[in-house]
Amino acid sequence: MSATLIRNARLIDPAAGTEATGDLLVADRVIAAIGHGLAAPAQADIIEANGQILCPGLIDAGVFATDVEAAVAGGITGVVLMPDQAPPLDDPALVERAERLGKPRLWVHPLAAATRGLNGRELAEIALMKEAGAVGVATGRAAIADSQVMLRLLRYAAGLGMVVVSHAECPFLTAGAVATEGETATRLGLAAAPAAAEALQIARDLRLAREAGAALHVACVSTAEGVDLIRRARAAGQDVTAGTAPAYALLSDNAITGYRSFARLSPPLRSDDDRAAIRAALADGTISILASRHDPRTQEDKRLPFADAAPGAAGSATLLALGMALVHDGLLGLPALLALMSSAPAARFGLAGGALAPGAPADLLLFDPDAPWRIASDTLPGRAGNTPFDGLPVQGRVRLLLKGGDRLA
Amino acid sequence: VKLPAGAHPFPHRHLLAIEGLQPWEITYLLDQAEGWVDAGRRARKHDGRLAGLTQINAFFENSTRTLLSFEIAGKRLGADVVNLAAGASSLKKGETLLDTALTLNAMRPDVIVIRHDSSGAVGLIAEKVDCPVLNAGDGRHEHPTQALLDALTIRRRKGRIEGLTVAICGDILHSRVARSNFHLLTALGAQVRAVAPPTLMPAAVERFGVKAYTDMAAGIEGADVVMMLRLQLERMDGAYVPSTREYFRTFGLTRARLAAAGPDVLVMHPGPMNRGVEIESAVADDIQRSAITEQVEMGVAVRMACLDILTRARREQGE
Repeated sequence: MSATLIRNARLIDPAAGTEATGDLLVADRVIAAIGHGLAAPAQADIIEANGQILCPGLIDAGVFATDVEAAVAGGITGVVLMPDQAPPLDDPALVERAERLGKPRLWVHPLAAATRGLNGRELAEIALMKEAGAVGVATGRAAIADSQVMLRLLRYAAGLGMVVVSHAECPFLTAGAVATEGETATRLGLAAAPAAAEALQIARDLRLAREAGAALHVACVSTAEGVDLIRRARAAGQDVTAGTAPAYALLSDNAITGYRSFARLSPPLRSDDDRAAIRAALADGTISILASRHDPRTQEDKRLPFADAAPGAAGSATLLALGMALVHDGLLGLPALLALMSSAPAARFGLAGGALAPGAPADLLLFDPDAPWRIASDTLPGRAGNTPFDGLPVQGRVRLLLKGGDRLA
Repeated sequence: VKLPAGAHPFPHRHLLAIEGLQPWEITYLLDQAEGWVDAGRRARKHDGRLAGLTQINAFFENSTRTLLSFEIAGKRLGADVVNLAAGASSLKKGETLLDTALTLNAMRPDVIVIRHDSSGAVGLIAEKVDCPVLNAGDGRHEHPTQALLDALTIRRRKGRIEGLTVAICGDILHSRVARSNFHLLTALGAQVRAVAPPTLMPAAVERFGVKAYTDMAAGIEGADVVMMLRLQLERMDGAYVPSTREYFRTFGLTRARLAAAGPDVLVMHPGPMNRGVEIESAVADDIQRSAITEQVEMGVAVRMACLDILTRARREQGE
């Protein structure tokens, strides 16, 4: 087994929240040593980091597709896969298969579908799927409308010690809606639902999770009111975490002006006040996971009238660079940003990774935080380039990506 | 029209929306349409300026009146007018909208008039074709020629638009007519009111520069123009309003209610009307006050003006 020595890096350990300069030696697929002036074993690859950042490979805790190219380009070594696959991950065999699909270049951690076929009514075989490797259980792209089913799901999952990942949009309020109620949707003449559709669902799910004593992860928070509910529940000691995606911290609903279907997301983009609240929640830790919600869509799905276009955006390849925008804006420090994309999801879903420590798996990312590039939907790595950030100048480039010590990029 | 020096009177390739048009561009369209009103009243209505040009009316949503209006407008100008009706289109066979657009484009039309039930769909097609596109209504977004014909009707009856109080009443949430009229009438200096039950009032409607009323009596008080909108009868299903009976009681335009409006109030409706739902027959048929049939006549004139203006550049190139 070959060894790799990375010299003179800025080492950031998001799990410990520490930052240091030094060398890191990889041998036998694990981190063998961290320190200054480490000696290179015979035939080791030597990489001069020149002060660039070395951190754990990113964990993208919420993707809708296994897209290895996009993940590798984005410095991602592990993804948490939503159960909304074709067919949905509602059977242990499907979970096992999903887990294998990224090999050997990407760890895929599937979430079990909460209900059969994601139908929102009958519980799927969650315990069997846990045995098969599911790291949590998720309602998928839609919330479970029936509160009784949701309560039973939460109780059942709590008994298994599994985190329930919920989609927080009231399905009745959002029926037919393709945007958030407000000036933009009114001008464009788009069917819209009030932003309160999110708060309504979060409030219900928080209350039911408390009833069940279950661990809840709200997959994607996008509103100020949603953030407030989660902040209060966490302060009260409830076992709840929240995620979001870069779009909700960087864009508001005016991004859909001109019927830009690449900006049609689920949940939909919100107001500027909501955007500001998401940023504040990322800064104060109320939102602890930043995920891409990577959802590659082809032209056939997107080159349609806005309301007919499928929601969702490609995001894995841009996750790091867009996250870095929050660092460059002064909102987050680098260790905090990297925690949102590695150690926090690792802790929530019980995954290896997210730490720089001897003996930890050598899933490592070396990147230049300042290297400028421009997001281009035409050339975005991965299955599709449906990004609402087309043309945006960003900073942060992957220089080296190791998974289990093997070089991917 | 007084134009800024060097400005083209209507420097747009397509007519997709009223939003974004300058007041003088709107006035120019209205002035041009004025000329076509007289032409339409002559026994021989034909003007051959679009002779040899192909006009496709691609209506992906059912329409009788607007389609007929565009067909007559095109034929009076001498164009070869072809209608593509929704039921006959290949969209039903699974072809995408853009493929249909490319197919239409390959037949080398000189102007395409499009109606579609999805907001933004007409603009999407316009990006893909080589000829001018005229929006004949896209979802809830805009219906620019309807707003122009409404403005022309008002201007002819009232002599002006600036300073008038116009109450637009009914299902504003789902109405492209209301949106286009908000843009047009506010651009020309009218005071515009949006009058609707709260369930049919769009969010942030005041951002259009209009005043919202959820009480019909207050909304039409002192109005110079009352523009009624059609209530789609399927709205009862979505829990927007409980019944046509209750809607008529609360938002229907009756003679009694109209008494609170201005003395020479003009009553308008884009059609087709639901008599006894949003408007009482006695009001609709009152020739002193109702301009509803006149709106239809103005529709042809406005569409002739738009077709003429939008095809001008290519006609000049062709010569």
